[in-house]
Amino acid sequence: MIDSMLSGSLNRALGSRLVNALTAPHGVDRFLEPFNPMWSVDKIRARIESITRPTADSVSLRMRPNRHWKGFLAGQYVRVQVEIGGVRRSRCYSLSDAQAAHDGLIEITVKAQDEGLVSAYLNRNARVGMVIGLSQAEGEFVLPQAVSAPLMLIAGGSGITPIMAMLRTLARGGHAGVLSLLYYVRNAADTIFADELIELFGAQPEWKLRVIRTRESGGSRFGRAHLDGLVQDLAAAEIYVCGPAALIDAVSALCAELGCESRLRLERFTATSTSAPADPDTISGELRFVRSERYAANDGRSLLDQAEAAGLRPESGCRMGICHSCTCRKTSGVVRDLRSGRLSSSGEEDIQICVSAAVGDVTLDI
Amino acid sequence: MARSKSLSTPRNPSSKLPGKAAASVSSNPMIAALSASQIEAFGRELDALRERVLADLGERDAAYIRRIVKLQRSLEIAGRGLLQFGFLPPAWLGGVAALATSKILDNMEIGHNVMHGQYDWMQDPALNSKNFDWDTACPGDQWRHSHNVMHHTYTNVLGVDRDVGYGLLRMDEKQPWRPQYLANPLMAFGLAALFQYGVALHDVEFDRVIAGKRSWRDAKPVLQGVWKKVRRQWLKDYALFPLLAGPFAGFTLAGNASANLIRNFWSFTIIFCGHFPADVQTFDKSELANETRGHWYLRQLLGSANIEGGKLFHVMSGNLSFQIEHHLFPDLPGHRYAEIASEVREICGRYGLPYNTGSLARQFGSVLRRIAELALPPRSAMLPVAA
Ligand SMILES: Cc1cc2nc3c(=O)[nH]c(=O)nc-3n(C[C@H](O)[C@H](O)[C@H](O)COP(=O)(O)OP(=O)(O)OC[C@H]3O[C@@H](n4cnc5c(N)ncnc54)[C@H](O)[C@@H]3O)c2cc1C
Ligand code: FES
Repeated sequence: MIDSMLSGSLNRALGSRLVNALTAPHGVDRFLEPFNPMWSVDKIRARIESITRPTADSVSLRMRPNRHWKGFLAGQYVRVQVEIGGVRRSRCYSLSDAQAAHDGLIEITVKAQDEGLVSAYLNRNARVGMVIGLSQAEGEFVLPQAVSAPLMLIAGGSGITPIMAMLRTLARGGHAGVLSLLYYVRNAADTIFADELIELFGAQPEWKLRVIRTRESGGSRFGRAHLDGLVQDLAAAEIYVCGPAALIDAVSALCAELGCESRLRLERFTATSTSAPADPDTISGELRFVRSERYAANDGRSLLDQAEAAGLRPESGCRMGICHSCTCRKTSGVVRDLRSGRLSSSGEEDIQICVSAAVGDVTLDI
Repeated sequence: MARSKSLSTPRNPSSKLPGKAAASVSSNPMIAALSASQIEAFGRELDALRERVLADLGERDAAYIRRIVKLQRSLEIAGRGLLQFGFLPPAWLGGVAALATSKILDNMEIGHNVMHGQYDWMQDPALNSKNFDWDTACPGDQWRHSHNVMHHTYTNVLGVDRDVGYGLLRMDEKQPWRPQYLANPLMAFGLAALFQYGVALHDVEFDRVIAGKRSWRDAKPVLQGVWKKVRRQWLKDYALFPLLAGPFAGFTLAGNASANLIRNFWSFTIIFCGHFPADVQTFDKSELANETRGHWYLRQLLGSANIEGGKLFHVMSGNLSFQIEHHLFPDLPGHRYAEIASEVREICGRYGLPYNTGSLARQFGSVLRRIAELALPPRSAMLPVAA
């Protein structure tokens, strides 16, 4: 209620130069946030309104975004920020409901990964009323503006989420064209959206559904034969695939063979390179300084020393880990703290480059 | 108070990282009394303590700092609100109290500590050392250089750490006496009243510019940065909020000025108690040559002093009342210092090292005495030679 009150003129007033000057140097958001994060003048926040469990190890969160949310196209994802143990983490999740949901809510569906930090946290700790941070919707994995060709959708496991958004959007829009879904799951209990899929496909005469249970008898991984009866001519269809890397790679290979790669759209949930993590006891890997577009072979010294050797001038001060002048964003890779020997996580985070050495490939935003 | 004399080039800072330990003979008797291996062991014990706290950081620390931020923002809103009705004496007094408290919390427990990177691990842009700016005249980015780099790396090293006297006061016997230092007490009072500007102009290094050791060209952009920040602070405290109060603008302006003044005196008091009570040591540049991590810890310990007090006092001093713990571990969250203080003290005791602590009255009394004594020329005929 207050959130909708804050729209329009009040929002403009809060964003005005006067208010900015009155709240300097912090800015008005820093005065709103501690009381209600949803009131932010420019950040997207969403409040969890309801929670359902499509399977035992997945959770669908329906959320009401604040007024900064600009909407999305079915198939797109958001970067979700949650705080776990005091540390802010960011992960991508595809939006799983139709583009224009009747209640104005948006939905993500998160499958708990083994030893997965954020996915396990959301499965265990998400509560109605919880407020999380969001980015605007991103991604190119979307339907063509006008769907004319047959659609061939292929999903594996949690990769069903963006495809579910497409199906729900098409069904709501009365799309009656030719459409098939090939959906890989481990077993019956693992089938996210099982009931709703049966219902949706049952109501559409031109829609065909095939679910393959890879871990049950008769199940197998993607093969060309699985498309039989679903699509007449793959090369003439719009193809969408989302799921484990192996599934995406297999479908891509088939499309390459048939020469229809240009009609293939794919969404990867994990990075392609499955290169083994570097051995912390050897010096290896490459340093990538993305903003300045420089590369260097890792020689084991501190990242600050190596950045300087590569001709960069990152900010620095004490060079011994106490002043935090040299803090910069690591976008990927593992680093070792030269003081304690502790290894970092592999995700995106701020690090002090004067006391960090690379363990394998490391990408820095400098 | 024995001090080292010779001068040499600054040390290579990366020598402080483990694996490059090379002991140097110190002219400081406390340090010289320990063997190289003892110093190394001392450093290792402190490193282990630091690692233990780091591994334990989590929700509790995040909740703590957010609670303090919320309290500060509430006090600021309340203080500024009340001062709009400054013509009513209770509103004026309450407003000044709330706003002064807000500014003290903002500058000390929040600003100082956040800008040290104490909460960088939370990965929250609102509590990130690089983004944060505080409600004082000093621009955050300049502070990170003069304070985090110069003061914390070169703590109490004469001629390098500009916190020793702020280029204005004579705070150490080895600063050669000049007639202008007769005004030491007066200057100290002036610095305390205008402390935020003293801190802001820290990085301009006026004294060195006047002495011809620094060019105007170098100082000018720094000064421009300060001016930009000061203008914004004045606009808010001395123009916009008073104007909003309409005919009662004068009351609001006076209230805001009073809150700034209270904050200035308070932060001066706490900060001067951190490094200038009796028995706190200063060092010569020679101390920096080949300094190992253990050595660096020793210098931080010997160059700092704590103030005893209750919980509220520690929060209001930004936990800088645990100056020793802060200097040993500048990027551990301040509210953790109280929890590790007894262990630090115990470690120091085992190595026969002093742990300088006392009540506010004792420590500040000692600082005032020093300011007064050093105003006068040294009694000994042997004047130290200027560096
Ligand atoms: C564009 C995009 C959209 C996404 N949409 C969704 C979505 O709708 N629903 C959803 O559940 N996830 C989705 N993901 C994956 C999600 O972003 C996280 O990677 C995932 O939840 C694991 O995060 P975590 O913090 O739990 O695991 P981490 O703690 O980061 O990793 C723990 C371990 O799990 C492994 N791991 C991580 N992700 C996967 C995976 N997908 N399959 C197998 N092993 C994995 C890691 O290699 C690691 O060993 C999407 C990813 C991208 C890039
Ligand atoms: S340069 Fe000071 S922490 Fe890295």
